[in-house]
Amino acid sequence: MEKNKKIFNVKDLCLYFQTKRGPVQAVDQVSFSLVCGRTIVFVGESGCGKTSLARAILRLLPRNVHTYSGKVFLNSINIMALKEEVFRKEIRWVKAAMVPQAAMNALNPVIKVEEQIAEPLLVHDLVQTKDEAHKRVVEACRLVGLPLDFLGRYPFELSGGMRQRAAIAMALAAKPDLVVLDEPTSALDLLTQANIMNVLKRIKKETGITFILITHDIGTSSELADDAAVMYAGQIVEKSDAAHFFTEPLHPYAEKLMASVPTLREDKELDFIPGQPPSLLNPPSGCRFADRCHKRFDKCVYEPPFLEVKKNHWVKCWLYE
Amino acid sequence: MQNNVLLEVNNLKTYFEMKKWGFVSIGHVRAVDNVSFNLKQGEALSVVGESGCGKTTLARTILGLYRPTSGDIVYDGKSINEFSKGEIKAYRAQLGYVQQDPYGALPPFMDVRRILAEPLIINGVKSRQEQEKLIERALTDLKMTPVEDFLPKFPHMLSGGQQQRIVIARAKILGPKLIVSDEPVSMLDASVRIEILQLMRQLQEEYDLAVIYITHDLSTVRYFSERILVMYGGKIVEQGPVQEFLDNPSHPYTQALLEATSDPDPKNAETFKKVPGGEPPSLLNPPPGCRFHPRCSYMIEGLCNREEPPDFIIKENHSAACWLYR
Repeated sequence: MEKNKKIFNVKDLCLYFQTKRGPVQAVDQVSFSLVCGRTIVFVGESGCGKTSLARAILRLLPRNVHTYSGKVFLNSINIMALKEEVFRKEIRWVKAAMVPQAAMNALNPVIKVEEQIAEPLLVHDLVQTKDEAHKRVVEACRLVGLPLDFLGRYPFELSGGMRQRAAIAMALAAKPDLVVLDEPTSALDLLTQANIMNVLKRIKKETGITFILITHDIGTSSELADDAAVMYAGQIVEKSDAAHFFTEPLHPYAEKLMASVPTLREDKELDFIPGQPPSLLNPPSGCRFADRCHKRFDKCVYEPPFLEVKKNHWVKCWLYE
Repeated sequence: MQNNVLLEVNNLKTYFEMKKWGFVSIGHVRAVDNVSFNLKQGEALSVVGESGCGKTTLARTILGLYRPTSGDIVYDGKSINEFSKGEIKAYRAQLGYVQQDPYGALPPFMDVRRILAEPLIINGVKSRQEQEKLIERALTDLKMTPVEDFLPKFPHMLSGGQQQRIVIARAKILGPKLIVSDEPVSMLDASVRIEILQLMRQLQEEYDLAVIYITHDLSTVRYFSERILVMYGGKIVEQGPVQEFLDNPSHPYTQALLEATSDPDPKNAETFKKVPGGEPPSLLNPPPGCRFHPRCSYMIEGLCNREEPPDFIIKENHSAACWLYR
């Protein structure tokens, strides 16, 4: 794969869910692109649409979808235009895989670890024989640091950290171009969490795979981030490279969010954001953060544009007009 | 009153018996094993450790919800083992408990007024007026104003942060001297977390409360407590004042914990963390000697895997249970 190639491009992706009280705008007009081998981190509070975004990308949708629109290009093919059957056969697990939230509990309890990791390979006919499948499984296990004698065991015989590794191995077995990690470490202990982060970092270095990391833990997210995006109420409010994002966030929400992260190594003045995020049923018409914003002014009643303030640093806020 | 010892825990052990087929004993889970510490009036103490290290069991033993297997808890100069039934009730009324999951801790069929009145009714505050006054004060202390708006609400109508504030209000409504809060913010969003912790800090200072703050998140510790206690495998491995602890972590396990905690810093992406692999020990059959030795890179063969390390003093008030400091 060549460097600096845009592997993944999302344009105006929307995902609304139908409820009794009207559509919930879980993901609203989200656009971003990813360069091959880079990792983008999505951070935000619970209910801001992070997981819905992941599901929208991989088209893992529930039944009550109201609107599902936009364009998603993977290797310059618009995968949104593909038929469901084609998408299942050629994209999901093959080109783009996902490690779901609490993946350690997503494993099937009655199937041995090896068979589970091999399943995407066999279902998609990526390998012809069982031996070949075994070889690929062993390769994936080496990558995530899963001891090979665990392969013959059932998931309940493994610890949380090892199950998480198995879930990651499963996503990597088919060698996809893109892996979406949805809160990969949130249910794990601190030391195990650090170990998994080390594993992901090594995989990134060794294979040049592209990750989308979704997390609420800003401290941990900096471990893997090349780019970072903040989501608020279904929209991306700021996007930039990690170096700028973690040191000088520009959007008032991102700024406050950063100030609310307690740090171990330095003593800083902590801050919090009063109020709570708006309902996604009837989000406010202007800036969705305006109600809680400390820098609010007259213009905030209109929807702010997504502006490129500096090179590659995009902010959705009237302050930077 | 500042230097009065409020709570003294001596060689506390809480074991749970494990049974096979319902009656054959196959050993004990040593959830809290020989833990000693003390807590002064008005002091905030953090208890840190990974899941399954006995933090919650320690808290629930102190609250009198579990009977200690052996050892002693001395509260205000009196051992709880010697308490009569009435005294246990009075003791529990002097302790507040803030649970981890606010939604699970609040009964869904009671409104806020009823939830907050419950401890008052149980502890004999009969007069309606008195109840109203205490409830109003508790809610105002937690900045849930106007009070009338919240009183008729049910837990599902409140946000996570508000629910947690009701739990805290309930814990402090009887005017306790000690509040035990078990991971009070782990279920909340980052932006709300600090608000709740700051509120608890304010309450602590205002009412001269002693607080035991149980957490797995080391990064909040420096802001909300003076002293820290690190647990591993049912034992205390290190204790000391927070600043001293952060500057000079002594036990290899605490060093690993600090290493594993990441601050938001773009430089993190370039380096690998030096953390030990492996898993926490089983508390049913803990390893002999130091419980951390199978994962420890400083392990001294023949000592760490044979003999249990005692507490070694590192500095005043700072001790670590590790043979490296013998």
